[in-house]
Amino acid sequence: MTDDKTCGGHITGPCPERPDGERNTLFLERALVCPGIPGMGGGECDVSARDGKIVACAPHGELEPPPDAERIPCGGKRLFPSFLDVHTHLRDPGREYKEDIGTGLEAAAHGGFGAVMAMANTDPVNDRAAVTAYMTAKAARLHPHGPRLYPVGALTVGLAGKAPAPMGELAAAGCIAFSNDGKGVADTETFRRCMEYAAQWGRIVIDHCEDPSLAPGALMNEGAVSGRAGIPGVPTVAEALHVARDILLSEYLDLPVHLAHISCRQSVELLRFAAERGLKVSAETCPHYLLLDDGLLEGFNAAAKVNPPLRSREDVRALRGAVRDGLIGIFATDHAPHAAHEKEQPLDQALCGFIGLETALPLTYTLVRDGLLNEAAFTRMWHSAPAAVFGIPVNNFAPGDPADFFLFDPDEEWTVCRDTIHSKSLNTPFLGRRLRGRVTAHWLGGRRVV
Amino acid sequence: MSDIRWRHKDLLDTAELSASEITCLLDMAERFDEINARPVKKVPTLRGKGVVLFFAEPSTRTRTSFEVAGKRLSADTYALATSGSSITKGESLRDTALTLQAMAPNIIVIRHSVSGAAAFLAERLSCSVVNAGDGRHAHPTQALLDAFTLRRHWKGDMRGKRLLIVGDIAHSRVARSNVFLWQKFGVGVRVFGPRTLLPPGIRDWPVEVHDNLDEALAGVDAVMALRLQLERQQAGLLPDLSEYARHFCIGMRHLEKAAPDAVVLHPGPINRGLEIASDLADSGRSRILDQVAAGVAVRMAVLFTLGMRGTSMQEAFEEPGQGAAGA
Repeated sequence: MTDDKTCGGHITGPCPERPDGERNTLFLERALVCPGIPGMGGGECDVSARDGKIVACAPHGELEPPPDAERIPCGGKRLFPSFLDVHTHLRDPGREYKEDIGTGLEAAAHGGFGAVMAMANTDPVNDRAAVTAYMTAKAARLHPHGPRLYPVGALTVGLAGKAPAPMGELAAAGCIAFSNDGKGVADTETFRRCMEYAAQWGRIVIDHCEDPSLAPGALMNEGAVSGRAGIPGVPTVAEALHVARDILLSEYLDLPVHLAHISCRQSVELLRFAAERGLKVSAETCPHYLLLDDGLLEGFNAAAKVNPPLRSREDVRALRGAVRDGLIGIFATDHAPHAAHEKEQPLDQALCGFIGLETALPLTYTLVRDGLLNEAAFTRMWHSAPAAVFGIPVNNFAPGDPADFFLFDPDEEWTVCRDTIHSKSLNTPFLGRRLRGRVTAHWLGGRRVV
Repeated sequence: MSDIRWRHKDLLDTAELSASEITCLLDMAERFDEINARPVKKVPTLRGKGVVLFFAEPSTRTRTSFEVAGKRLSADTYALATSGSSITKGESLRDTALTLQAMAPNIIVIRHSVSGAAAFLAERLSCSVVNAGDGRHAHPTQALLDAFTLRRHWKGDMRGKRLLIVGDIAHSRVARSNVFLWQKFGVGVRVFGPRTLLPPGIRDWPVEVHDNLDEALAGVDAVMALRLQLERQQAGLLPDLSEYARHFCIGMRHLEKAAPDAVVLHPGPINRGLEIASDLADSGRSRILDQVAAGVAVRMAVLFTLGMRGTSMQEAFEEPGQGAAGA
């Protein structure tokens, strides 16, 4: 951390400054700009950008290409504004053998993300400004054009669930939100006080919903599969109890709360209650909860171990319905890299989690293909919805917006393997699988990063 | 004895075996049981074959049973001591497995506290793996010896018989391996235990779940009492042990409701007065010591089958007979 010391304390906002000075002009022709962007209507468009900002975006033929522009023929490929992942673990500082900020952001760029939020369960925990400053400085140094890194500060000191972390100091250093992700906060009084204190600094709390008293020694979802195989399981009630707790606290305190990695039907039903009352509750789910169920654990497959665990088919159905109906409005990856030796273990020893940054778009795009989402809703869930909850500036193709966008070929097929993945780790149940849909080019601040 | 070519590298659970494969193993165990009754109990069948006994969880009975079975087949058996071994020094199961593999045994017998540990080894090793109990998941040789014992008692006529399993089903690998074995033979399995010790999803198992012991016992042909681990009470799954004994301990009087020649089994070691009454355990209705003897014969059949893998059953089996005759 020492070589970045000079940067500590100088970062005043969550968004590191981009270097400027160098001029560059882009003109993208015949791109299918996502129909969610106002005024675009889904037809072929041309986009011009200069010095990292959008100049104009209009239906093809309406704009005059600037004479000095690098012209990029897009041939009718889909052009999306760079996405935002509100839930990653970049393992830096402390566990750089799994991932570091350099490789994590590289993976993000290849996955279509222009910004990621990184959880606080590093070593040391991001519960003090020095850690936050180290993270943002390293990101700015290694990826000066982006993807941008928004650290999430620890909600409690050491993530121990006892004393609130120094959120004022952390917010000033650049923490975008606060969370105890990975462990949750068992004690409701502590959680309530943390919600109130975070609000003082204009920050929202992200809760990892899990009642730990209901899950002693759990290695997977409790249900038919765990019962048959004799594997200790955690019931969906452990998640839903804390979802209910947070919804009621949000209403009582009139404060927003964001619920991380929602995985089960009962939580969806509680989110319906919150939506009907118009409460300030937002929720995310991850690609794996929409596509995989706990049947994957039947052969004791530790590659499928994750927390919250993969649930039953019924839960998967309910989550897909919740995404379709907008009860869950945000996608996130919960990118959680682990080394091979940490996953190739019996179930009790294997660590929880999957990498997700580079597989997320092709996986969630299957919901578009399945007719559950249109492209506008798909984009909203990865882009404007999380940006609105966390107050992160994103590209809407309006003049002056950051020139952050990527081309996506929904039909290109590729295999998840060491040669295609930029993350340091390969822990994903999709390893070896062929996925359909790929980010073929990505610009951040007008610079080509992929 | 049916002549089939054995298709499994490993024995991980009874669920993966067909009824005819189980029958084949039990038939073979009968022949080994005859050998065990002879003055000289040793046959040369597995001479020169190595059997590693890797018990990463305390076990005296099962380990000894496998060791006796291996020695009677003239295999070289090696017990891996677990206390003070590399397992307690933080070596991963994968590395332990690879280390064992490098010693080129023919069969590894594993007992482990984690469900799926035997499958984990089996996927990574070219030698045969025998599951001697993995967590709550499976204990196939126990279920086979239970089947051996009851098949004898029922004189081979198993279809339509009824077995009641009493106790802690949720944490029991014995119960799981029994349920999915008996299903293949048309034996009706009932279970009775505290609701806190029933596994999730049991209503979808091929069993009848009972809440009343008298009803559960009515007309059954055998009762299997399961060992209660004392830590269940510490985990808050039971009020106290005397309450458990009052409602879930099987005694002589309970057998009156069962079929007239019903017998009682227990995988051992027994907690007298907790899950089985002392007088019942010592009575003529008890088959507990028969189970122990059956265990050796069944494990001989398992080690023999896997050790002679690739050989036709019929031709392979001629050898120990001849060897015994020559002994």
